[in-house]
Amino acid sequence: MKKYFLDISKEHCPMTFVKAKLELERLKAGEQLEVLLTEGEPLENVPRSAEEQGFTVLETVQVENELYRVLIEK
Amino acid sequence: MKKLSIICFSGDFDRAVAAFTLASGAAAVNYQVNLFFTFWGLNIIKNKKGRGFTGKGVLARSFNFLAGGFKNLPMSRLNFLGASPKIMTYLMKKRNVATLAELLQAALALKVNLYACEMSMNILDIKREDFIPEIKEVLGVAKFLELSENGQTLFI
Repeated sequence: MKKYFLDISKEHCPMTFVKAKLELERLKAGEQLEVLLTEGEPLENVPRSAEEQGFTVLETVQVENELYRVLIEK
Repeated sequence: MKKLSIICFSGDFDRAVAAFTLASGAAAVNYQVNLFFTFWGLNIIKNKKGRGFTGKGVLARSFNFLAGGFKNLPMSRLNFLGASPKIMTYLMKKRNVATLAELLQAALALKVNLYACEMSMNILDIKREDFIPEIKEVLGVAKFLELSENGQTLFI
């Protein structure tokens, strides 16, 4: 099973969720994407819009102070 | 499906940034997005990125030359003869914010629908082939209303 990684912690609106969406579109069934993002809008929006598109958010882990790791599976 | 339609009337650099930020952001969170380019907004989607004598007749050709393309979009305020959009693009890169060109690429990658206004193309004698190939259709008010129905509409 393939696992991809995307760091959007240095990006700003709207490229945070633009990059997440484009990366998610590449996933095949069973594949996972690990996204590194900051709290606030990216943390609220990326998992939510992924779930809206039928992806499964497996886990959300706080890595550092404002930094989170979200694991998404298709 | 949630839907956002934006009438891109202005060919100003800063307003185009606003329109494409909203468009790509909305498309990224699963909105169907329609961009309808009219009047000055047509400059954003011209095939020729710089100035060009598009069209027939002295008036249309001069107008199109002066209006220019993607690289000539002026800032709505403090344009400083075209220096400001370049300075702004420099700052956007420096601060890791998407530039207008990147936002346009993002919108295209997310399959935002681009439409051009038939009437203003007619006035300025701009043809469909004068635009980037991603333009989905040339249309008028009736079709735009149909496309934007039951969604949110913005005029920028």
